[in-house]
This record gives sequence, structure tokens and C-alpha cells, in this order.
Amino acid sequence: MIRTEEMLLNVGPQHPSTHGVFRLVVKIDGEIITEATPVIGYLHRGTEKLAENLQYTQIIPYTDRMDYLSAMTNNYVICHAVETMMGIQVPERADFLRVMAMELGRIASHLVAWGTYILDLGATSPFIYAFRDREMIINMLNELSGARLTFNYMRVGGVKWDAPEGWVDGVREFVPYLREQLKGYHNLVSGNEIFLDRVKGVGVYSKEDAINYSLSGPNLRSTGVKWDLRKDEPYSIYDRFDFNVVTRDEGDCLARYHVRLEEIEESLKILEQACEQFPAEGEIMAKVPKIIKAPKGEAFVRIESPRGEIGCYISSDGKKEPYRLKFRRPSFYNLQILPKLLVGENIANLIAILGAVDIVLGEVDG
Amino acid sequence: MDLKLDDLSPQEMKELERNVFFATLEQIKAWARSNSLWPMTFGLACCAIEMMGTGGANYDLDRFGTIFRTSPRQSDCMIVSGTVTKKMAPIVRRLYDQMPEPKWVIAMGSCATAGGPYVKSYSVVKGVDQIVPVDVYIPGCPPNPAALIYGINKLKEKIRYEAKTGKKVI
Amino acid sequence: MSGEKDLDQLKREAAEKAKAAALAKRQAKAAGESQGAQKQEDKPSEQALSQVELPVQQEQPAVTPAEDGADLAKKKAAAAAKAKAAALAKKKREGIVEDEAPAPVEAVEETTATTEAPEDGADLAKQKAAAVAKAKAAAVAKAKAAAAAKRKAMELAAGNTQAEETPAAEAETSDDGDDLAKKKAAAVAKAKAAAAAKRKAMELAAGSTPVEETPATEAETSDDGDDLAKKKAAAVAKAKAAAAAKAKAAGTAKGGDVSPADTAVQPSPNQPFLDKYRKVIKENLGPNVLEDSYINKLSKDVPTLVAKKDTYFKVAQFLKYNELLGFDYLSELHGTDFVTHMEVYVHLFSYKNRQSVALKVKIDRDEPTIESLQPIWAGANWPECEAYDLLGIKFTGHPNLHRIMLGEDWVGHPLRKDYEPYDVEV
Repeated sequence: MIRTEEMLLNVGPQHPSTHGVFRLVVKIDGEIITEATPVIGYLHRGTEKLAENLQYTQIIPYTDRMDYLSAMTNNYVICHAVETMMGIQVPERADFLRVMAMELGRIASHLVAWGTYILDLGATSPFIYAFRDREMIINMLNELSGARLTFNYMRVGGVKWDAPEGWVDGVREFVPYLREQLKGYHNLVSGNEIFLDRVKGVGVYSKEDAINYSLSGPNLRSTGVKWDLRKDEPYSIYDRFDFNVVTRDEGDCLARYHVRLEEIEESLKILEQACEQFPAEGEIMAKVPKIIKAPKGEAFVRIESPRGEIGCYISSDGKKEPYRLKFRRPSFYNLQILPKLLVGENIANLIAILGAVDIVLGEVDG
Repeated sequence: MDLKLDDLSPQEMKELERNVFFATLEQIKAWARSNSLWPMTFGLACCAIEMMGTGGANYDLDRFGTIFRTSPRQSDCMIVSGTVTKKMAPIVRRLYDQMPEPKWVIAMGSCATAGGPYVKSYSVVKGVDQIVPVDVYIPGCPPNPAALIYGINKLKEKIRYEAKTGKKVI
Repeated sequence: MSGEKDLDQLKREAAEKAKAAALAKRQAKAAGESQGAQKQEDKPSEQALSQVELPVQQEQPAVTPAEDGADLAKKKAAAAAKAKAAALAKKKREGIVEDEAPAPVEAVEETTATTEAPEDGADLAKQKAAAVAKAKAAAVAKAKAAAAAKRKAMELAAGNTQAEETPAAEAETSDDGDDLAKKKAAAVAKAKAAAAAKRKAMELAAGSTPVEETPATEAETSDDGDDLAKKKAAAVAKAKAAAAAKAKAAGTAKGGDVSPADTAVQPSPNQPFLDKYRKVIKENLGPNVLEDSYINKLSKDVPTLVAKKDTYFKVAQFLKYNELLGFDYLSELHGTDFVTHMEVYVHLFSYKNRQSVALKVKIDRDEPTIESLQPIWAGANWPECEAYDLLGIKFTGHPNLHRIMLGEDWVGHPLRKDYEPYDVEV
């Protein structure tokens, strides 16, 4: 008689496909996962505690290091929270610079997600392509902010640096280039039989589950929920741009893959329009006091990051440091559904499912 | 074996002088090792992305013979790329112990060097050198890929220098 | 700001323009829709869209007459101000309605659907009004620019009287891809924005007394037009307050909010929602469930409910499962240590009604225990673990409460204000 034996398998924290220091303890019966326990906290750096002793401007660099693949959205969320509390109106030009920086960051983030996801599934070359194109974005953001990854670009009331000469033209030229490349991406991967077999119908969850587990971003939209904070609760100047909210109905890994790739296209649309409407001149900083003090009270704002809904809660007692700062970190919430998804799956699908959630451990652990 | 150099023509002699080198075995070992450093893919935090960027198309670390391996047992160099927390520290140490000798450690970025911006945090180790011996420190938050390549070249230099002089570089 | 003499003229012109635009828009609706459908053709979600198209068309007339003509026109003018061609704006509006379309399907009764429709309009109007307010704030900040825009508006108005009769046509052509026309339309729109903002300010000044006199209770009876006006007024007032605060160059937007007479009593645009929640909770759970409830003006006017410790779970449960409330999404959960007490802050969102609410509960600091929300929203699982780990709040009924970040052997709760590191520094 054939008998199977339960086995405890430890994945991570040092594992090339966990995207960082994420650990997963899985119980397997043969090839089938019977239980999965995620262990996180290996990158818990105590940002929130540190922030309680820092001024608002000093906190911004720490947000860069939280979700380090899309630091611009993180910069924005804290600036937006403080601006909301203080009632600061950001100048138009600064808003444009912010939106363009954020969208470039979104594209870069999705490119990394795409490249590493395919890498996880076993193909090496898409990663090279993705990083080649990402490098161009990084160079543009480098020109803008002076940093490649941790930009520290935005300030409460505007942005730190104005766009250098010809920067907008560079972005304008980049849009058609990446559009062309995206076709190549699809040719390379999207129709690949092996790839489809690995992701189609794998890791399926329903719309109700997605909402119940507080998923957001592409993970939510892949189940058909048409919800994008850029569109539905417009912040900054997103209401001026015409773009679609990409959704898929299947709710599997392939749907999430397609949502991400199509979101790149939508971001390109926004960039194109932003280049057209970019004001020729104007202020990049609103008139803000030298020392920023949020008024007494609390605020919670949320915006759309590449990974989902990133929020910032500030409780202020009127001092120049926040009394309590809390980030709603999308990866942290998105990861919660993982144990549910993994149970009953083949062990080989573990990486496919985990990769499709697209986590950044800096964000998961805070 | 006897080496007869007498009945060589001048041309052959010239050719021989151009092609044959003498070195100690140590130096040859160091030469081989330094030209095929295999670091472990050990991404901890933000620096890992720059490390990936270094391995990507633009910077292409492979051309220096530095190829990332995914297992500590196959690698001889650990690039600690990111913040080491107190929860992660024992694992870093274990990974280091799992690597075969000879092995080197590069502390990439300010966090791994000395805690960086998180030096005041309750959960961060103030520098990976408290756990494992570090050979090369690369400053930056995060260091540019070019800086990482420079750091790797420095490590190679160090390996060769140590073999040549027999002195330990600290 | 600017001379008083051309205000009247501007007002008239803006009204004319807006009316014309509204009229033309109605005419162009059918055309615009077919156009929109054409535009969507190459998109992958085309099937889904066409499925939704029908209900939208049926709903459309229900929405439009609900609002009185002038308001609609105003709204449209504001829409133009957002640097979009009229047809484009309409498309967007449709998009919103489309978004909403699944909601009635999910909602149980047809009646709720009908009540939702005006709310749609109101929401939209609010957004538009906010945009106008933004434009106004900008105008305050840059008096020069505003003056220029105004002059432009005058010129354009003078030059384009004939063209104004067919703004829809203009918009359509611009939509068709003629960049020049688009830019021109944008310029017109910008000028219009300035005019509209000014006009609104006048109206506000004239109508501020009645608005101020209307208490919050009137919002419940919610005559659509009144509501709209009020919301607009509130938005404008908010922008004004912001501008005032900016002028002061002190970080006291709150002070700015309170001190000027014209902004003091403006009800928040979310006041009706708060009243609704309060009412529904009171009707179903009794009067003594909530400790407090208010609009958090600092946090984008989110209605905030403060539950009592023993009713917290009941209220949360009710917020999710009640038909009228339906907060099915837990957006955020965390704790805070206010040295006198602990507080748990929960931000909820309803995909059905597209509304947010914040639920708070104060708990004892020495013995911080509270029911877990995990049975209600599965998404509360890890956030509660995090709160337990970093603050030491115990959530009863949580299936697996553990120290998610720091590990079980960690001593102390770091986010508490009196935290002292226990371990030796490594």
C-alpha cells in the first residue's frame, strides 16, 4: 500500500523567490500543501517608532525605504496626509511633477514585478529586459531627484527640485518606446505555453474573498472589482487624465499578471497626457511654514500605490513631530490571503502564487 | 622533470618569456578565486534591488565573473544588502556558517555597515560586522550599482593582495 | 482680487455659457454615447461595458431631471473648468455611473437603487465643486493669473458668442483628435473656471446667510438642489479656509477653519452620511451604543464613530451586515497609545455605497483588551497581530494572536510611549 508522509518544509527567509526575507513554513503531504504559515518580521525596522521623534520632513526618507520599489508613492502619501491636515494647496506644476514621478515609479515597479515573476517561474531573460527598461526610468527619476531608488523627492507643499531642462521631453520620448517594448514583452511571455500552464487557473480567489481579506490594487482588480483610488477618490490631479481602470474577472495569477502589464499601458497614457498639459512654468513649492506642524487631530488618507492602497494615519498633538504615525502598507494586507490560497495546491505552485501577489518585504514588515 | 632551455632558438625563447609566468600557488589560487567570485543572492532590503540592478542588463555583473548563486553552499561571497534586524541576525550568521571556506562578506549600504538611518531603531542590528566578519564596506543608501561593482573589485584586489604579501588586510 | 464692475457681466456670460453647454450636452448625449462606445471598441473590457451600457442609458434620464437645470449647468461649467472637453467630461460622468451600475444589482431592493441615483449626482457635484474651489484658491493665490484669465475670458466670450451656441459640436471635434481645437477648448475652459469660481463666490456671499441658518437636520430631508448648493458652498468655504491659512503662513488650518465668520458653520459634505449612520445605528442598536460621532474635518471629512468598549464588536458587525451600511472592506486597523488610554482605529469602506467610515474605540491602557474583528473581516487578522505585538492590545476571539513582527521572545511593546529596550544593544 502506498502511504504518504507529512513533511514540514521551510521556505525562506533566504530564498531567491520570496522577494526578500519572507519565510513560509509549509506542511506538505506528498506534493500537496496541507498547511502554510507565513512568518514575517525579518525586516521590521520600527519606522513608526522612529517617526515619533522626527519632524515631518525628516520622515520622508524613511518612507522611501518602506516600499522601495515605488518610493514616490510613499513620499506622496505622507506629504498628502500632512497637506490634508494643514489644508495646503499644492502648486500645479508641483502636482504635475508628482504625478509624473509617481507614474514612472509605478511603471518601474510593475516592470520589476513582471521580470521577477517570470524569473521565479523559471525564465531568466525577461528579467534582463525588464531591468533594462527600468533602468531608463530610474535614470529619469535620478535626473529629477538625484537618487536612483530612495528619491526623497517630495516635500510637504510641493517637490524639492524642479524638472531639469528637457526632462519632460525625455519622458515624452520614453512613452512610445516602452509601448513598443510592451508588445515585445507580450510576444515573449504572455502566450508562452509553459507560462500559461503555470499560472492559468492557479491561485484563484473570488471577489468576495478579495474584499473580505482587505486586498487592494491589482490583487483586487484581478477579480473584477473596478476600484482604483486614482479614479474613484481622485487625489492630486488625477481627475484631469483620461485612463482606464484595468480589471480582469478570473482572479487567478494570469489575471494579476495581465492587470499589471495593462496598468503599465494606462500609466503611459497618463504620462503622455501629463507631458501635454505640463505647465511651462510655475511654483514647485507652496508657501509653507519653515517648521511644519500639523494641527491637533488625526487624519487618514489613502492613495493608490502599485501594490494597492497605501494609507497614512497621522495623529498629531500640534507639535512638529507626529504623535503617532502609521502606514497602511498594502503588501502587508495583501499577503494575508496567502495561507488560504496555498492550502490544497501543488507545492510547485507555491512560488507562482506568492510571486503573483507581488510583495515588497520592506513594506510588509514596516 | 628537466627543463632544457639550451637548445631553444631565440624566437622560441622570446615566445617562452612572453607566455610563462612564475607565481606561488597561493597567488594562483587567489587569481582563480578572485576572478570567479560567486556571491549569494541574499536580498534583505532596498539594497537588494540595486544588487538586482547590478546583475541586470545595464551593469551586467556577469562580465566580471561574478555570478549570483542561490544557495550559500555554492557561493563564496555574501553580499549583505540591506538592514539586518535582530530577528534576521541569527539567520545571517547561519547562512555565513553554511558557506564553504574560503568566504568573504561585503556589507552593502549604510544599514549593513552601521545601522544607517535605522541606527536608533529598537529592532535593527547596528552593522552586520557584529555578527559576521566583513571584508568590504560599501557606503551609500543604497549604493549605486557602480559602487557595488567597485566594492566587488576592491574585494578581488584584497584577495590577491593577501595572497601576494601573506598579510591580512583588515 | 479684481474689479467689481465686470463681475455682473461675467456672471451673465458664465450663466449663458453654462446653459448653452448644458443644453448642447443633452442634445449630444446620444451622439456622445455612441462615440464613447466606439472609443471603447478596442479595449478588452468592451463586452462588459456594452453589458453595462443599457442600464446606464435607462438610468440617465432618472438622474438628469432630478437636479434642477441651473445647478446642472453650473456643474457642467465646472466640469469644463477641469481642462477637459465637454464630451470628455460626460464620458467620465458616465464612467462613474457605470461604476455604480453594479451596485444596484448587488443592492436588494429597487428602491435603494433609485435613492442612490441622486446620490451619484451629488457626489459628482461635490467633486466638481471641489475642483472649482481649487481653481478659486489658485485664483486667490495668484491674483495676477486670475486677472489674466479673466481678461481672456472676456475676450473669448466677446469673440465666441456665435461659437457658444454650438459648444457641443466644438467639443466633439476637439474630442475627435484635433489637438489645436483641444488646446483651445482647454484655454476656454480655464477662463471659464475663473469666471465660474468668481460667480460662485458671489453666490456664496449672497446666499451664505440662508445656508448658515440651515441646521444639519435639513440635510436629512435632503432636497437635491439644496444639498448640492450646500456642498458646493462647503467646498468653496474649505478652499477659502485653506487660502486663509496659507496667507497666515501658520500651520493652523484649524484656526483658519474656525475663526472667519463665513466658514464657521458650514456643514461638511459628509454630514448627511454621518447622520444616516447615526440614525440607522440608533434605530437598530439603541441610543447608547456610540460614545461620540463627528466629522473629522482634518481627514477628508470622514465620518467618525466612537464606539463604547462593550459595543465595539456589535457596532462593527452591524456596520458590515446592515443593508444600508454594508461596510464590507476593512481598510486599516491599528492601535495608538495615548498615555491615558489606548485607542483602536479602524477605517472601513463600503464598495456597495462607496463610502468610508472611521470606527474608533477607547480602551483601558493597563489592561488593553478588546474583541477581535477577525471573525467579521478576515483582513483584520494580521493588523490585529501587529497591534498586539507593538502595543500589547489583546484581541479576544482572534484565532491566532501572536507577535507577528518581533517574535515571541521579545520583551515589551515598542510602540508604547514608555517603552524601554530590554535587550542589550547588539
